[in-house]
Amino acid sequence: MDNGKMLPQLSAIILEEQTGLTLTEVCQACAVRVELIVGLVDEGVLDPVGREPHRWRFTGTHLHRATVALRLQRDLGVNRAGAALALQLLDEIEILQARLRKTGHE
Amino acid sequence: MEFKDYYQIMGVARDATQDEIKRAYRQLARKYHPDVSKDPAAEVRFKELGEAYAVLKDLEKRAAYDQLGSNWKAGQDFRPPPDWNAGFEFSGDGSQGAGAADFSDFFETLYGHGSAAGNRARPDFHARGEDHHARVMIDLEDAYNGATRVITLRTPEVDAHGRVAMRSHKLNVTIPRGVRAGQHIRLAGQGAPGIGQGKAGDLYLEVGFNPHAHFRVEQRDVYLDLPLAPWEAALGATVTVPTPGAAVDLKIPPNSMAGGKLRLKGRGIPGTTPGDFYVVLQIALPPPATEADKNFYGAMAERFKSFQPRAKLGA
Repeated sequence: MDNGKMLPQLSAIILEEQTGLTLTEVCQACAVRVELIVGLVDEGVLDPVGREPHRWRFTGTHLHRATVALRLQRDLGVNRAGAALALQLLDEIEILQARLRKTGHE
Repeated sequence: MEFKDYYQIMGVARDATQDEIKRAYRQLARKYHPDVSKDPAAEVRFKELGEAYAVLKDLEKRAAYDQLGSNWKAGQDFRPPPDWNAGFEFSGDGSQGAGAADFSDFFETLYGHGSAAGNRARPDFHARGEDHHARVMIDLEDAYNGATRVITLRTPEVDAHGRVAMRSHKLNVTIPRGVRAGQHIRLAGQGAPGIGQGKAGDLYLEVGFNPHAHFRVEQRDVYLDLPLAPWEAALGATVTVPTPGAAVDLKIPPNSMAGGKLRLKGRGIPGTTPGDFYVVLQIALPPPATEADKNFYGAMAERFKSFQPRAKLGA
């Protein structure tokens, strides 16, 4: 029974490599109202291509950032600006850690 | 069933005020939030914390929990005494926060699953199933070639009697070629089932690479430390170099130095913009095992009298 060959093969996509997602698609993927995603764009957490909201196009990386920002708000009781700050600091940590790895100081 | 010491989990005294409990929760939640912490145990700690807080923040639940007495130790085998909760009514606020569906058997025995399922009634709830998240570890080679993995997930499900039980199910997942560590694979419709007409949620798998004995990965690029004999580095050579794809013959230019980097363009992790493969040169010295070997090194010293390996240090 442990044999995976009996199971249907699920095809998967790499989230970060998706492009051209609309505002509606991002809202559906995050299961939240439009205002919440627009709020994240206003806060600078997401920077979609395109000027007006109906022309905005997001990438999979945006989608991932949006879910993290929403989870931080829900679980830690921080507001949008707080979640944005946390994401920015997490990005910086990531860059610094990559630099440490490069110089072999891990 | 194991007894859970919710006070210990939250690191507060049994007579802590509600404000102290809230402060402890906020502090620990920031520390162990799975999106923030790199600690592999963070997710488990965060769930435990959520469960402890769900009990201690609620005056009725906390009073009932305190009723059990302070003699229980965490991990001790626990059976609730009969009528332990007589006189308590758990109204709840309909929201248990994140991960409430994964609360322990201990919690469910005490407070029932009804309250744990209460988090469905969030105001922004769309009748779509929740997304699930999991981690999958793959080998670097899998990112080069693509692979299939059978992963086992444990999800809570409500059975015919309305009880919540953990059910494990297996999924056969295609790992796309070119995936990198930290990226997420999305499996549409493999999350929690929707409510009513709602669509099922999606399953997100965060990809990590198993550590490799020889290769290091940085984003799309892959690194290999390549030891050379002194004469290979000095005179140049063609050496066979393993890459996660296939072994390649690499030409080492004469007068190569330790620390020098050679780039094999496009031999990193594949993709629309493939990464590069870097060979970092190292010099390996044959140990002088015999008298003749030592004499040979001696002759070399004689030959390269003016060579100053530490010239840069200025000493």
